[in-house]
Amino acid sequence: MEYIFIILGVLLIPLSIAAGLIWVERRLLSFWQDRLGPNRVGPFGLFQVIADTVKLFFKEDWIPPFSDKPVFVMAPGIVMITMLLTFSVIPFGPGFYVLDSNIGILFFLGNSSLGVYSIVLGGWASNNKYSLIGAMRASAQMLTYEVFMGLSLMGVVMLADSFSFYSIVQAQKNGWFIFPQFIGFLVFFIAALAETHRLPFDIPEAEGELVAGYHSEYSGMKFGMFFVGEYLGVTLMSAIITTLFFGGWLGPSFLPPVFWFLFKTFILICVFILLRASLPRPRYDQLMEFGWKILLPLALLNLLITGAILIFIK
Amino acid sequence: MFSILRTIWLIFLHIFHKPETIEYPEKKPYLPPRYRGRIVLTRDADHNERCVACNLCAVACPVDCISLQATEDETGRRYPEFFRINFSRCIFCGFCEEACPTYAIQLIPDFEMAEYDRQNMVYEKEHLLIEGEGKYHGYNFYQQAGVDMGVKGKGEGLNEELPVDVNDLMP
Repeated sequence: MEYIFIILGVLLIPLSIAAGLIWVERRLLSFWQDRLGPNRVGPFGLFQVIADTVKLFFKEDWIPPFSDKPVFVMAPGIVMITMLLTFSVIPFGPGFYVLDSNIGILFFLGNSSLGVYSIVLGGWASNNKYSLIGAMRASAQMLTYEVFMGLSLMGVVMLADSFSFYSIVQAQKNGWFIFPQFIGFLVFFIAALAETHRLPFDIPEAEGELVAGYHSEYSGMKFGMFFVGEYLGVTLMSAIITTLFFGGWLGPSFLPPVFWFLFKTFILICVFILLRASLPRPRYDQLMEFGWKILLPLALLNLLITGAILIFIK
Repeated sequence: MFSILRTIWLIFLHIFHKPETIEYPEKKPYLPPRYRGRIVLTRDADHNERCVACNLCAVACPVDCISLQATEDETGRRYPEFFRINFSRCIFCGFCEEACPTYAIQLIPDFEMAEYDRQNMVYEKEHLLIEGEGKYHGYNFYQQAGVDMGVKGKGEGLNEELPVDVNDLMP
């Protein structure tokens, strides 16, 4: 019985956060741009989410006749499934997790890489050159950033001596891993931005160049799935960064551990949105160069130094 | 690298700024007196129509949204028989106001003229004509120049010279 509640919680908390982010992002962006943002529907415009969802459901769900129909319909679901699956290994609090896998980090890395299928298949099935260019960019970007995304986490794994998220949080009792692993944190954060193709790195959908990139042909709730998938990705990455670098649920004991976890996650989500508000989109080749020439050596160097120090201490 | 961090910090500080948004239907924005909004036809101080139906506004209008027909009353004073502005075409450029020699047609700071039916956007003379003098108080075209309309004699206007005797060569 308790398991059902935990599973429902792990499923519904990220979903509701992702849906709420539609409103949070628009509101925060508008504050940073000296505007007010959506504030009409309900208190502070909170019901904007409901209005948007209803709108998306009632829109015409058009499948282009020139598209590859089964793949076209399937693609938006993949990103949702992979993102939601990954939440199963994240501990929201002590005892509040679905699965304490001893390969948690590998599971997360694998699942988040599977998410790129959604974009590639969606762009491919749309049979539209802009969608295809967007999909190709997305796959190249994800391949590049996936490489050192994994490498940047290895420092944390070495410090905690485990691939399990639960043990990693336990290992941070005496200090968050952001302090010994600051370079790892930076590299992982940038890779996470690219992995969720959020705004400074939203090259796959670059609306200035590619109409809307891989989801140009999508409408109605299928577009909404891509949209929620992106916000789920932001929530997931924030949750992962919280778990790996900011001590997960650990915090002063006057508030429940789940609160600390969600609070840190929310702060990180706000940082994601702040980056969207402040940074321009780099060119495609700049992105690739930045990844291969700066971040990959940095991640390797971090790995090397961490390993050397750990061997020296032990 | 430093510039990127500086950008992020400066954008973050904007959360403490006052938003520029004016929540329109509840709070009205300030419109300056020379704002180019709804077009009106004004009257002079004697409560007569200023418009002399010269058609200059209709000629100046780049989208041809002004239509009027000139006629005369029993004293010979010209006035428009009908005066029609199609506001669904009007672009509020103010050229008609500039072209008007009698300050009759004026643009006022009011833009709330949305309609559900497009036909309602066509304003006739009774909708356009207002009781007051608009932006130019005390101005009467017939005091400045023009034919004898009972306001002043011929050539006795404020900026006018007496008519030249066409049979005389003297200046």
